[in-house]
Amino acid sequence: MRYPLWRLGVFIVAAIWPLFWLYQAWASALGPDPGKVLVDRLGLGTLIFLLITLSMTPLQKLTGWAGWIAVRRQLGLWCFAYVVLHLSAYAVFILGLDWSQLGVELRKRPYIIVGSLGFLGLLALAVTSNRYSQRRLGSRWKKLHRLVYLILGLGLLHMLWIVRADLKEWAIYASIGALLLLLRVPPVTRRIPRLLVKKPSSATKA
Amino acid sequence: MLIKVPKSSDCKESDVTPESLYISRRSLLGGVIAGLAASALPRWASAEDAGRYPDVEPGKAPPWFAQKLPETKWQAVNVKDEAITPFKDATHYNNFYEFGADKGDPAANAGALKTEPWSVVVDGEVGKPGRYALEDFMKPYQLEERIYRLRCVEAWSMVIPWIGFPISELLKQVEPTSKAKYIRFETLQDPKSMPGQRSGFALIDWPYVEGLRLDEAMHPLAIMAVGMYGRELPNQNGAPLRLVVPWKYGFKSIKSIVRISLVEQQPKTTWQSIAANEYGFYANVNPTVDHPRWTQARERRLPSGLFSPNVRETQMFNGYADEVASLYTGLDLRKNY
Repeated sequence: MRYPLWRLGVFIVAAIWPLFWLYQAWASALGPDPGKVLVDRLGLGTLIFLLITLSMTPLQKLTGWAGWIAVRRQLGLWCFAYVVLHLSAYAVFILGLDWSQLGVELRKRPYIIVGSLGFLGLLALAVTSNRYSQRRLGSRWKKLHRLVYLILGLGLLHMLWIVRADLKEWAIYASIGALLLLLRVPPVTRRIPRLLVKKPSSATKA
Repeated sequence: MLIKVPKSSDCKESDVTPESLYISRRSLLGGVIAGLAASALPRWASAEDAGRYPDVEPGKAPPWFAQKLPETKWQAVNVKDEAITPFKDATHYNNFYEFGADKGDPAANAGALKTEPWSVVVDGEVGKPGRYALEDFMKPYQLEERIYRLRCVEAWSMVIPWIGFPISELLKQVEPTSKAKYIRFETLQDPKSMPGQRSGFALIDWPYVEGLRLDEAMHPLAIMAVGMYGRELPNQNGAPLRLVVPWKYGFKSIKSIVRISLVEQQPKTTWQSIAANEYGFYANVNPTVDHPRWTQARERRLPSGLFSPNVRETQMFNGYADEVASLYTGLDLRKNY
């Protein structure tokens, strides 16, 4: 395995946040409604990991360093881990494990429906993230994993429908997401490598 | 028109969860300690009133407030078998979008609000319009402590000991004309001290506006508050003057009021303007009418611990149905949410 320390470092940084928040909740540092705070932070964490995961390919193209791609799958799985924690926290702290109410929410609340679709998407990507699935699915694997762009859209919509009074924070995440998608449009992608790779090559010519 | 407040403005549902029993045990202890502290102090000591509740940060009361406080009718209205929310939670978990959208933002940013001097404009369909300095505005009123449940539209709730006076007293002073059908309130607009009003992404068209039907405003439970927990209002809780209408969702209880108008037409309120399908003019607490995005059947009574969640059933009119339901006879509450 290449870059073992880099991978381990990413693992630790990703794992530390939920543990830290749990500690904060235990130490009553999250205020009078810690369950809600945890749900919100885990949800935002999911979106942030999704954006980080999606920035690995452009970063690799920009810098030429293969380490970015080496942690891409791990980051994607962290995104999934956060969404699982987000849903568990929602089930325990908001729903109070009232499953009949979950049925009502799933039928009636658009933002819950959109969020659930996003979760199902992430679930599909997580279970097919291993080498075996990659081999089995062949070229279809790549198509399947393009689902991530749709999931990003669903996640942003889920967040937009929760916003009540100020769109600033949402606008920041949405524009980062839009930028990351823009970098994947073929004409744009073709121009990225030239930005950086050209320099050393022109330098050797000179 | 006078409506009598039955002494039982208290919630009758006595099926209390073990958790709230536990918390009320603590507040009972706190109350005993506060009582002891109070009896140990001379009558005129102002520290006594702040000492009524545990862990209350002392404020810097304006002279008019310090002068009126000793005459306050304590516990004029109380809740039964319910614990008062700790001061720290009531002052550090707030919705006051003028100071930011996060619950901790008002406590962090409201220090910049200048509440002295403060003036209130009274206008519209009144016999005595004018702009009043707050100390003059407050002169006619006797302060009362009102311990009310506060139910936020976001499905959390608290119990808060307010200090204030009935709006009906205010209406007596300003003499509404026969044309006055509604009362409209407006919050301060001051982007310099209110960072939320500087945000270019805000969905709110400042200033914040709220309103009541005149008979709702006349109801003895509806008050203008100037203090809480035995002291003046902290800035993040709407200093120096706010509305408290305990049978309606919290967003109706507008903060830091600078203008009170008596009007003929139903005022267009802030949340109605943002999302009329989610927030109506009445906004009465009603467990049977959901917010489009979440259920209103239950609420998290704060503080609600991580592993001991304090979730309870929401009561019709927030438990004040006996007193206020008659205001809405014949009104379809599903349509007029």
